[in-house]
Order: sequence, then C-alpha cells, then structure tokens
Amino acid sequence: MTESPATKPVDGEACERVKNGLKPERNGLVRSLHRCHERQYKHHSLADEEEVHTASHYGSLYTQPFLESFEETPMLVAVLTYMGYGILTIFGYLRDFLRHWKIERCYIAREKEEQRDFVPLYQDFENFYTRNLYMRIRDNWNRPICSVPGAKMDLMERMSNDYNWTFEYTGRVVQEVINMGSYNYLGFAENTGPCADSVAKVTAEYGVGVASTRQETGNLDKHEEMEKLVAQFLGMESAMAFGMGFATNSMNIPALVGKGCLILSDELNHASLVLGARLSGSTIRVFKHNNMQSLEKLLREAIVHGQPRTHRPWKKILIVVEGIYSMEGSIVRLPEVIALKKRYRAYLYLDEAHSIGALGPRGRGVVDYFGLDPCDVDVLMGTFTKSFGAAGGYIAGKRELIEFLRSHSHSAVYATSMSPPVVEQIITSMKCIMGEDGTTIGRERVTQLAENTVYFRRRLRELGFIIYGNNDSPVVPLMLYMPAKIGAFGREMLKRNIGVVVVGFPATPIIESRARFCISAAHTTDMLDRALSVISEVGDLLQLKYSRHRKRPLAARPFDDSVYEDIDD
Amino acid sequence: MNFKNLREYLAWLYFQYLLITGIYVLEPWEKSIFNSILFTAIAMVIYTSYVFVPIHVRLALEFFSGICGGQPESTVALMN
Repeated sequence: MTESPATKPVDGEACERVKNGLKPERNGLVRSLHRCHERQYKHHSLADEEEVHTASHYGSLYTQPFLESFEETPMLVAVLTYMGYGILTIFGYLRDFLRHWKIERCYIAREKEEQRDFVPLYQDFENFYTRNLYMRIRDNWNRPICSVPGAKMDLMERMSNDYNWTFEYTGRVVQEVINMGSYNYLGFAENTGPCADSVAKVTAEYGVGVASTRQETGNLDKHEEMEKLVAQFLGMESAMAFGMGFATNSMNIPALVGKGCLILSDELNHASLVLGARLSGSTIRVFKHNNMQSLEKLLREAIVHGQPRTHRPWKKILIVVEGIYSMEGSIVRLPEVIALKKRYRAYLYLDEAHSIGALGPRGRGVVDYFGLDPCDVDVLMGTFTKSFGAAGGYIAGKRELIEFLRSHSHSAVYATSMSPPVVEQIITSMKCIMGEDGTTIGRERVTQLAENTVYFRRRLRELGFIIYGNNDSPVVPLMLYMPAKIGAFGREMLKRNIGVVVVGFPATPIIESRARFCISAAHTTDMLDRALSVISEVGDLLQLKYSRHRKRPLAARPFDDSVYEDIDD
Repeated sequence: MNFKNLREYLAWLYFQYLLITGIYVLEPWEKSIFNSILFTAIAMVIYTSYVFVPIHVRLALEFFSGICGGQPESTVALMN
C-alpha cells in the first residue's frame, strides 16, 4: 500500500539497480523486500488470500515492490450511494412520466410517432441514465478549451438556462485553469519549443496530408523514419504506425486471430480491445482484473479442454492486457503474465496506450518499468496520443509479424497515411525522450513525471482520500462514490480554477464514481501543491476523505523484516 | 472544517444533506417536492409519536403493574 519513510531509501536503491540496467541479485536485501511487500499486501490492502498466494508464488519475478491498493468501499458510503441513485431514479421516472404525457418538453431523441409498434429504442437503462442523471451534471464534461492543453489551459465559459439541455457561450474565457485531466504525461502538448518548431518546418515542407494510403502513394520517407525510430525506441525488430490509436487495436486483433482462436482478455480492457476481440470472431474469455490465478485457470482449462464441442486444441491463445488501466490506475502484473505466457505457450498482446513514455526509468513503458526484455511480448501496441502529444498508434513486434500486418490489417490497407506534421511531432518527441536530440530534457521529464506521481499520490493518501491503483501510475483515480458528488466535485474544482475529469457510470461500476487526475511532467511542484490544497478544501466541503487508513501514522508502522520471517514459505 | 458562525455550519449541513440524498443535481421544483415529502413524513412520524406514545406507555405500565403489582395482594388475601 503505502511506503513508509523507513523503506523509502531501500526501495529507491532497488529501483536504482534496475535503472542501471543491472540484474538485481537475489540477495538477502531483495528477498527481504519481497517478503515485506507480501506482508504489507496481506496486512493493509485487504486483498483476498488467493492474490497474496500468487504474489508469493511469483514474488521473485519483481525487482521492485509492486504496491497496488484498492481500498474497499465503506459500507455506509455504499448504502448512501445506492440510496442517492434510488432517489434520482424515482425523479427520473417522474420526469419521464411528465415527458410521456407531454406535460413538459422532451429535448432528447425519443420514439417517433410513426414507429409506435417497433422495438423501442430509448427505453434501456443507458438511455434512462443519460436523460435523467447524466444530463443534470452535463456541464462537467465536453468543455471546450481555447488554448494548448498543457499544464495550464483556458476554458471557454458557458452557461445553461435550461438545466444543461443547451449551453450558451458567455464569450468570456476562464484563464489559467490548472489542467489535471489531459493525458499529457510528458508534457509534450505545447505550442513552443523544439517539437513545435520542427513540426512547423515539416508542415511547410510536406504539407498537412497525403490523401492516400500507405500502400498506394501515401508512403513518405518521414513514415519510414518514424517506424524505424519507434522500433529502435521499443527495442523491437520492427514497428508500424497507424493514424488512429483506437483503430490500431480494433483492426489489428482481427488480423491476428480468428475463428478457432482464443482470446483471454482482462475484464477492464479498453473498448477498442473489446471491439477488436469481438470483430475477430474468436472465442473470448475474460479473466478478473490483474488476477493471475484467474488467468492461469483459464489458460489451463483452455489447454486441457480445447475448443468447445470438438475438443480440438485452440489454434492460438492470445492474452490481451493493458499496461496501465486508465480507470483504475493499476499496472499490469507483466512479469507474471510473461511467465504464464511462456509456460502455457500463449501469445501476449500488450496495449501500452497509457504506459508508453509514462513508465519506466527510460520512458519505454511497462516493459522498461519491470526491467524485462521487450521481445518477450509478442505484440506491443501503443499510442502516440498521450505521452508524445501527437495522434495515432503503433504496433511493434517481430519482423514477420509486422510484415504480415502490413498486408493484412484493415487499418494498414485502407487508412489514409498519417499527416506529416503529426509524424514529425512523434519523431521529435521520441528523440527527445531517447536523448538523441543531444539534451537531457526527455530524461528529465520522465524522472519529473515519476516524482510528481509519487508525490501527488502520497499527499492524496495522507489527506485521507481513497485513491486506487499502483503507486507509480500517473493515472490517479480519487473515489467520489455518490452521484451528486460527481457533479459537485467538478463544479467546485473549476470554481477554484482546477480542471479535473470526473467519471461516472458507463465507464465505471455504478457505485464507483471517481475523479481521475492525470499527472504530467509539465506540472510544477507549485501547481501540484495548489491543486492538492484545493482538492483538500473541496474534499472537506464534500466530505470525500473516506479512507479509514489515514489514522494510521505512516512512520509508526512496523517494518522490521525479522518480524515477518515466518511469513515467507 | 472551521465555521465562523452557526449560520455557516447550518449551510454546510444542508449542503451535505443535498449531496448525500443526491438532490443536489435536481431542479429547484424537484428539490422542493422531495423536501416537502420528506418533511411531511418526518412531521407525521413526530406527530404520531406525540399522540400515541404516551397512550402506549400508560397501557404498558398498567399491564406490567397488573402482572407484578397484583400478585402479592392476592397472596395476602389468601393468608387472611
């Protein structure tokens, strides 16, 4: 869960080793670290016994403490949340009743008179939710901005006279809002500096688009250069890029697997992976989030029983996981996944959409974070949208794989090739991270992000909020739970000039509404401190400090590994 | 939370009430419907308890005194 100050230097040392590229020896220090970590895990995070067992089973795979926490929802809060939704649902039915009898005007799409006897289109729960719950707090989402979405941004002020059904712009601009919502992990969303300059130069030279696919006349030297650079950056044989991150997932999975194949997918995988898996026509089985026992069970069953009915062996088994899960802030247990994958001869598809650039001492993503060999991952996918401040996605892997995808993937064959300015942005930012531009700016940003993340998470935890996820993940979900608090939190934060993203039902389970902060390397300590003091203030106002661990003084926790001697088997 | 005066504290309490019941997001007329229903219910509960509780307490007292208090008298009568 939390690192006590006493362990901090030790952890730091363990991390340093990885940074230096040396394999950490299996000496007493490292082993005792694992032991403590396991004990901590068992003791504080209320995880079930099974998970602890997994951790101890594969404990030696981790070179650094893997601290992830999902504090359970307090019972009273859960009950009150359900009560709140109950009250809002009753009023929703009342409003639907009024709309049905034309007592009040219906602003939203509804069944047409001439389609009276057809299957109803707007009666399911999602539509009810949109009409009667989402619409009431809609002002927190889809806010137009009018500046670079860097560490600070300008918002267009808008108001609504009819309770968020329509908006009017007042013409004023809310200036200098601290941006805690953009996936701008390394702070490359900027309109000045070397990236912007070289992009401007390339725009003048190449124009903005080629209006053709890569396979026809749209293949530029810039594209080739970028793909070589991406492969070099990731340490893979070959790589290819696509103009759209979502399509990279949803169009390439069908090219890789098909009928007679099995996809083992994490339950919290992104919609693009889910869509790709469904389009592929292969059988999909879902394992519990980041639960290696569940995955191993499914793998075993798949190998023992084979395909249903025929009992032929599966043609391919593909494990699909993400690096950082953007709603939970958790990091995949990659060492264990790779161990399982090797043991059961499955293939691994790793979506590094959020983790590339944001994790690892060199910014090479989750593979770098765990100090693993990238070649152990069969298909390495990622996006340029987040850390690189550009657009599109890539797939990296063995040469044969990439060559196969070049000719078989729909998004390679039919998609228009990437715009040269975007490509240039990727090249410049990637070179910056690699240090090939002759500066240490990239490396500094990666370190800055890691520091900001640890600092922000530690402070939030000390303030007593329930936050989810891994200690090193720059996505920080802060639990709000109650439906009214989603709206109130967004509004109160914006009133105090902090822009946050609040997330509600369709993206999360219904009672686990949350605010999600994305830490950026562009955030200065000053900004983070201001944000934290405002979050604390709003947290007091809305009574969000739910955590029951905060009373425990961090330094006073016992951390003597001799105490836990008997725990390790 | 530090409050300057009672008024501020009451405003904060009302805000908590709005948030926990979820009526923070409702339109004013819906809020007033909810509040009036809730307060009517509470008022009725209070009124009912005011009217009926003393009666029930008296009945209960009579019942228990009938059990506990009546017994020795009759034994005394038998003794005589």
